[in-house]
Amino acid sequence: MMAQYASILFGMIIANNFVLVKFLGICPFLGVSKRLDSSVGMGLAVTLVMVLATAATWPLQRLLELCGIGYLQTIVFILVIAILVQLLEMVIKRFMPPLYESLGVYLPLITTNCAVLGVCILVIQNGYTYLQSLVAALGGGLGFLLAMVLFSGVRQRVEEANPPACFRGLPITLVSAAIVSLSFMGFSGVIEHLFGA
Amino acid sequence: MSNVSENCPKEAVERPRSANALAFTRGLLDENPVLRQALGMCSTLAITTAVANGIGMGLATTFVLVCSGVAVSALRKVIPDSVRIPAFITIIASFVTIVMMIIQAYLPALDEALGIYLPLIVVNCIVLGRAEAFASKHGVVESALDGLGMGVGYTIALVVMCAIRELLGAGTLLGFQVMPAAFQPILIMVTPAGGFATLGGIIGTTVWIQNRRGHAVDTSAGCGTCGEPCEFSTAQKLEEIEQAVIDARIAADEQTDGTAQTDASRQGDQKGREA
Repeated sequence: MMAQYASILFGMIIANNFVLVKFLGICPFLGVSKRLDSSVGMGLAVTLVMVLATAATWPLQRLLELCGIGYLQTIVFILVIAILVQLLEMVIKRFMPPLYESLGVYLPLITTNCAVLGVCILVIQNGYTYLQSLVAALGGGLGFLLAMVLFSGVRQRVEEANPPACFRGLPITLVSAAIVSLSFMGFSGVIEHLFGA
Repeated sequence: MSNVSENCPKEAVERPRSANALAFTRGLLDENPVLRQALGMCSTLAITTAVANGIGMGLATTFVLVCSGVAVSALRKVIPDSVRIPAFITIIASFVTIVMMIIQAYLPALDEALGIYLPLIVVNCIVLGRAEAFASKHGVVESALDGLGMGVGYTIALVVMCAIRELLGAGTLLGFQVMPAAFQPILIMVTPAGGFATLGGIIGTTVWIQNRRGHAVDTSAGCGTCGEPCEFSTAQKLEEIEQAVIDARIAADEQTDGTAQTDASRQGDQKGREA
């Protein structure tokens, strides 16, 4: 049983990494990963929103199916996420100012993040139970954090390098992301064999 | 204004328009959402492994862009400013649901190929960005043409990406074997790594072409070069965030001014004595 949860968690962090394998959350990944502290703040904020959003939308999906209006999934999910992020920002700002300082400021950038809506839809498509969905969301967020932290280190090196003029800025960033993604490909198959699930 | 990059999306929106045709052609190359504005990257990278997928996704996104542009523009005087983002999201999500149901009914193979990225059109930065920046400020016909132009530009970028990846990664185009039988497919092209590298290469090539033609191009993700406040600029938003963090720290320091200073000086003296 524990092996199953561990397999989901580590599978989401490494083998099915949200940014480098599934291509969800690219826009903040490319925009915010220039510095380490903003990468960590953004990654933690995304993890928090992912877990809370999955916790809120999984029961809603059951309710929608019960009422026979499952096709409203997209509209309901995205509105719930938008409301949730707004509420979260207000709560954190009011009750936990030091937390707001470190990660609350990134919350407005997360509302239309593909990764959050992506994880909500993904756990439904994979048919996970409620607890499995929460573990998967946690894994997705931690994978996003890991990818951002690794990539911020790479970007700091790339900034000191001297690419051709037409590649400066976004193109060389994308090519370095390609190489980081290659490194994660080496993990395919590892998680399944490790946990035998 | 020498400071403003030639392809500044904010400047382009505010430029006086002489004809509706301009609204359409802008999205094709000058302000191509993928290649210039670095929007909508998630779907561009994920589904471009085959040309058929690219065309399907491009057409679906174009449909959503045009319909949501028309709807937002028609309702722009009615929606209150404070709830405009949730209102836009609801409008866009409705059209995405419509297009999803059409594709699920008539093109199930495409639905399976696009997978999770079909509902993710609703959070595609292009769609919400155009609704916010253009459709909410211009007339219905112009917004429809703008949506069409952006959508076609997006489709073109997708098809070019798909063609390269499918040709080199599987030797086929639209399912037809194009490369000679002895060709060994470069499998990395259909992996995520290949996606990133192909997009970087395409953007680099278009920048090179534009530079040769004499237009200076800036492709820092989310521009931000002109230093003016701009709703498109991720760089601008990040600066605002960092400034907010610094301000918060200064405010917190000022609050605990007296005790913090004496504590710090005491610790400093101790450390000095130990060292």
